[in-house]
Amino acid sequence: MNPLELYRVVRLIRRFEERAIELVRSGEIVGGIHPYIGQEAIAAGVCGALRTDDIITSTHRGHGHVLAKGADPVRMMAELAGRVTGLNKGRGGSMHAADFGLGIFGANGIVGAGGAIAAGAAWARRYQGGDQVAVSFFGDGAVSQGVLLEAFNLAGLWNVPVIFVCENNGYATTMPVEGGVAGTILGRGEAFGMPSVQVDGMDPAVVYEAAAEAVARARAGEGPSLIECMTYRFDAHHTFEHKARLNYRSEEELATGRSRDPLDIAGARLSTEDREAADAAIEELLAEAVRFACASPKPDPADAMDHLYATGLRARTGASA
Amino acid sequence: MSTTMAQAINTALRDALKDDDRVVVFGEDVGTLGGVFRITDGLTRDFGEDRCFDTPLAESGIMGFAIGMAMAGFRPVVELQFDAFAYPAFEQILSHVAKLRNRTRGALSLPIVIRVPFAGGIGGVEHHCDSSEAYYAHTPGLKVVTPATVADAYSLLREAINDPDPVVFLEPKKLYWSKDEVSLPAQTAPFGKAEVRREGTDVTLLSYGPSVPVALAAAEAAVEDGWSVEVVDLRTINPYDDATVDASVRKTGRCVVVTEASGFAGVGAEMAARVQERCFHSLAAPVLRVAGYDIPYPPPKLEHHHLPGVDRVLDTIARLQWDDVPMGSGAS
Repeated sequence: MNPLELYRVVRLIRRFEERAIELVRSGEIVGGIHPYIGQEAIAAGVCGALRTDDIITSTHRGHGHVLAKGADPVRMMAELAGRVTGLNKGRGGSMHAADFGLGIFGANGIVGAGGAIAAGAAWARRYQGGDQVAVSFFGDGAVSQGVLLEAFNLAGLWNVPVIFVCENNGYATTMPVEGGVAGTILGRGEAFGMPSVQVDGMDPAVVYEAAAEAVARARAGEGPSLIECMTYRFDAHHTFEHKARLNYRSEEELATGRSRDPLDIAGARLSTEDREAADAAIEELLAEAVRFACASPKPDPADAMDHLYATGLRARTGASA
Repeated sequence: MSTTMAQAINTALRDALKDDDRVVVFGEDVGTLGGVFRITDGLTRDFGEDRCFDTPLAESGIMGFAIGMAMAGFRPVVELQFDAFAYPAFEQILSHVAKLRNRTRGALSLPIVIRVPFAGGIGGVEHHCDSSEAYYAHTPGLKVVTPATVADAYSLLREAINDPDPVVFLEPKKLYWSKDEVSLPAQTAPFGKAEVRREGTDVTLLSYGPSVPVALAAAEAAVEDGWSVEVVDLRTINPYDDATVDASVRKTGRCVVVTEASGFAGVGAEMAARVQERCFHSLAAPVLRVAGYDIPYPPPKLEHHHLPGVDRVLDTIARLQWDDVPMGSGAS
């Protein structure tokens, strides 16, 4: 994988998140976001090993996955800002971005919920004769969710071409992994017969290598894999923390965690010129994203029921005849 | 010819599998066994293991899998073996199946059918006899269907499988072995159309699914008491056919809602509320409800006390303030 491309994606996600946080502070993005800062190497490395017609399911901390899979950052920013020009016309928001043409089968506000969806989609593509694969991203908190383990079982049982990517950032919201996970995360993959590896989730090239191997196996009909990417969330679980001043992580721990930055790791492999050129292009793109998002119209409440049912059904409560 | 509801559903699945390659049937014990109620009998044999297959006991995983399949172009028909066995799948049904279309502003439809053998009357216990319709009906984004007749079981299921939206198809398990003179394929009214199953002039019994035969039996018994009772079968809870219900109640001036489900905050409460909102000036008495008691479903030796029966329906009809109304309004 081209180091410049990996860097570009890491940088795009980092700056996208930073610009989005500014919009949270200015009130353009309401409800806050779950910043992906610190974990960018995983989305960049994994999605770098995928084709456009491969599928991903994402998480509440999903901006990075969606951008790395090729979603338009401009329309993504508009989605976060709840505008009609957004990827989902402003009705999905930060946690529910989707772009089916790019194989982005949805970010998801429910932890662990995307695992079975990815497995079902991957099964369907294979049944249809395709060689596409699906990736389900999830965090260390999700390994405690029953549905994810059900998905592991179904995928193992039916040899489904799905790659389960665990982003172990050390915390399920504020619960440290050692407080929430009995045994190991890798052990869960192994228990269902999946090749399971733990990799450095701060280096996009390392993640890419592991993902490429798992994707090749899945395409070849050799079934699912689990990749546990060890990472660290540099920012808050959710932007509400910026004001709430939670103290579940010590300053010392934060400093250590942030000392290995995927941006530096990926950037060190480039010439200064390449890096600066990439940075400048990204700044320009995100300036446009912010401008576009803020200038776009907000949704019309009158169309709230328009897309509930494909058949146009509307429930009517009240005495309207 | 005499056909059971079980045969009608089996034939509907069979015909759907024949007509549409995108239809896939799966669930617990639906393949080799052919379903614990034998509803999917022979489908794996006749259509192969790719089209009808067994799953592990993992309802949430099954439902998530179905979502992914539907996103990729399939029309999954999932069986969740009993009403209460569907509860582990609730997160996927309520948070994703019901919401994905709205969340993506119509970019994605999920043509999933969730078949649930539901409600009581078979001597099961609480996890096998729940009336779970209110949970689904309360969730925008789902369609909720429950047949009461053999012909409807066939026709509504075919429509459910062809529908672009997710449909929770609630099969009254006590009616699986009920028989009607029906030749398949049968075509009945579409979703959103209630049916007057019996015409009458004095009072309307509003019902659906497993309670329709109870309402019909009560209407028949009421003849002896001099009441002419109309029975309306909703057929589909959502979409809801106000027009047919309104017409009936405006004609009879009285209404009793009959549901096997517990009454408190149930679908029957919605039905009663809609009638009083829309037909107030036609009503000679408050809308009353006959419902299952507000308790967990009781064990087999007690279930006949719990299920609304003919006597409870007749007692309720008798409480409709017959003496307070002017002559000629239908009181005997």
